[in-house]
Amino acid sequence: MPKAKRRRLTAATIAATLGATALAACGSDDDGDAEAGPAELTYWSWAPGMDKVVDIWNKGPGREEQIKVTVKKQAQGDELVTKILTAHKAGKAPDLVQAEYQTVPTLVSNDVLADISGEVGGVQEKFEDTVWQQTTLGTDAVYALPQDVAPLMFYYREDLFEQYDLDVPETWEQFADTARELKQKAPDKDLTTFSATDSGLFAGLAQQAGAEWWTTEGDSWKVGIDAPATHRVADFWGGLVEEDVIDNEPMYTPAWNKALNTGKQIAWVSAVWAPGVLPTVAPDTEGKWAMAPLPQWEAGEQTTGSWGGSSVGVTTDSDHPEAAAKFVTWLNTDPEAVAALAAEGGIYPAATAAQTTGAFDQPPAYFANQADFYDRATEIAKTTAPSAWGPNVNVAYNSFKDAFSAAAKSGDKDEFTAAVRTVQQDTVADLKKQGFEVAP
Amino acid sequence: MSSVAAPRSPAPAAPAAPGAPGAGQGRPRRRAALIPTLALVVGAVYCLVPVAWVAVAASKSGTELFSTFTFLPGSGFADNLEQLNAYRDGVYWKWMGNTALYAGVGAALSTAVSAVSGYALALYRFRGREAVFNTLLAGVLMPPVVLAVPQYLLLAEADLTDSYLSVLLPQLLSPFGVYLARVYATAAVAKDVVEAGRVDGAGEWRIFLRMGVPMMAPGLVTIFLFQFVAIWNNFLLPYIMLSDDEKFPLTLGLYTLLEQGASAPALYTIVIMGALLAVIPLIALFLVVQRFWSLDLLSGAVKS
Repeated sequence: MPKAKRRRLTAATIAATLGATALAACGSDDDGDAEAGPAELTYWSWAPGMDKVVDIWNKGPGREEQIKVTVKKQAQGDELVTKILTAHKAGKAPDLVQAEYQTVPTLVSNDVLADISGEVGGVQEKFEDTVWQQTTLGTDAVYALPQDVAPLMFYYREDLFEQYDLDVPETWEQFADTARELKQKAPDKDLTTFSATDSGLFAGLAQQAGAEWWTTEGDSWKVGIDAPATHRVADFWGGLVEEDVIDNEPMYTPAWNKALNTGKQIAWVSAVWAPGVLPTVAPDTEGKWAMAPLPQWEAGEQTTGSWGGSSVGVTTDSDHPEAAAKFVTWLNTDPEAVAALAAEGGIYPAATAAQTTGAFDQPPAYFANQADFYDRATEIAKTTAPSAWGPNVNVAYNSFKDAFSAAAKSGDKDEFTAAVRTVQQDTVADLKKQGFEVAP
Repeated sequence: MSSVAAPRSPAPAAPAAPGAPGAGQGRPRRRAALIPTLALVVGAVYCLVPVAWVAVAASKSGTELFSTFTFLPGSGFADNLEQLNAYRDGVYWKWMGNTALYAGVGAALSTAVSAVSGYALALYRFRGREAVFNTLLAGVLMPPVVLAVPQYLLLAEADLTDSYLSVLLPQLLSPFGVYLARVYATAAVAKDVVEAGRVDGAGEWRIFLRMGVPMMAPGLVTIFLFQFVAIWNNFLLPYIMLSDDEKFPLTLGLYTLLEQGASAPALYTIVIMGALLAVIPLIALFLVVQRFWSLDLLSGAVKS
């Protein structure tokens, strides 16, 4: 049944966007012993240092198999999805593409990603189910292999928390109290900010609260943005902004960098990759931060969301899908490859065994004060809630930025509630425009 | 990049200086000139401040970039330059070379095409001339951005994507260039001279190359500069056409430095240094051509 569902959904978009193109490479045959090489593959990736990791393949296993991979470095972002779709329309997509999890449904519904389930038997157990499900979309097919995961965590200035005698919040209620307490003790400081430009962070927080923004119901998509879980998150942050106990300016601006660097903001809800970002953002505060699990909605729970993370898929334009699948399997599961990814690209691997390998014995340099950083990260990664992405995440994200920027500026909690509805409406309208069936 | 406007902005101020016929009542005139001058100064400052920012920021190290006063020079200029130079074995210079190739060759070819077409449209009367010209006018109104994807699909048919040609070819025909060339040729190429050439037995090509082109030269320099700057700063076309970062122009290369994914920090200091260096050739080009360019535009106008 799931297979039929997928096909219907896939067919619907293809009809809508391309008007033609047969469903290629849907049922790939199961001849695992077939010669994969010789083959020359191209791979679009944005990860820094990926060319060095691929060199290891080209000089080692790739040479034996006669499979040579060339990395073409791309800029990460929504535009890359557009570029891949355009290239695919011309039949010129590369053999392999790096894709953020939330873009996988878009790529699948445009028939860009090939089903490689026949070539990657047995790798499923190397990943957490909640991660794996994002690359299969809940079907029997496998559209990509997970590369890195990005569970949400709570980062805070250990020294300033001590100075102001604040406790590390374990629930969101305590988080709000901490924000108020800080405002009382140091009116010029903020615990953190609500960033209306980071849709991915909000999506992760909603995911933690149990939101499922896209699900399928029979042959149609169901959009669950305007649902209690999302409202809970929006009301919470809207309330804090309205009370004026946190800032309402976006992250990733020079002003925000300065706020973190000077200790004007003393905490950051972020993901496992934060140690890669903080050295540029707040270079003067090295060694003063600590990481804790994300605050919970109910005391005693252990759930987190994610912000980012990506996978690598084989495209339907590839002439050598078996060879490409072999390479992806090596890249994302082989201990040597994953260690190199961590060292060269600073990624946090999706393969669970790799999270505890030697590369993660030591904490990141910026967090030298927290020796068990990666042990805790591994524990937190296990508690990631399932995520539910759909074929127009980019539309929802853009709508979020517009609606929530206005809401954050207004500082009115009711505006946050209204903004959630706006995002829902925009997302549904776009799905319908694209030719998908949408369940009410 | 706003810097492009910078070297140009003083130029319009120049014509105000020479005494016009009847410069007898100096006082009121001078007072009237104060306001335009002020406006130009404001405009120049507006254009130059971002350039100044880039220049100052390029001297800051990573720790100074967001923490020290905005216009306080930092101490990391040499370091930034070294890092930029070392980034992936100096791929930046490769990008610089690519951009120079795209902009230089592209602008030269595009100017040649514009000159021929503009000259023909201005000097010859033929059936459908106005139709062709009106189509071109419509092309001027069409933002090139809209055409990038169709052009990609077209070049994919010819198997030319991800090549130097894929960026050069679509920029060959510039509707604005042709339009400018025609307007300029109409005004600057004297029909009598062309007739005289014909009477003397010169072929049409010879007339065009020996008489038309020199008369159109100032206009052609303008077209060349416009195209050069447009291609130098172009982003979307190469973004869609190219996937091999060895063929990237500067705009695209610097963009990949900023968008490296969440796990890696954006390389601000390198990008700012790269942007600063990317502006220098443009400024140099304008400084070199500017005098010749504005003077001759003037002399061309006087001649007609």
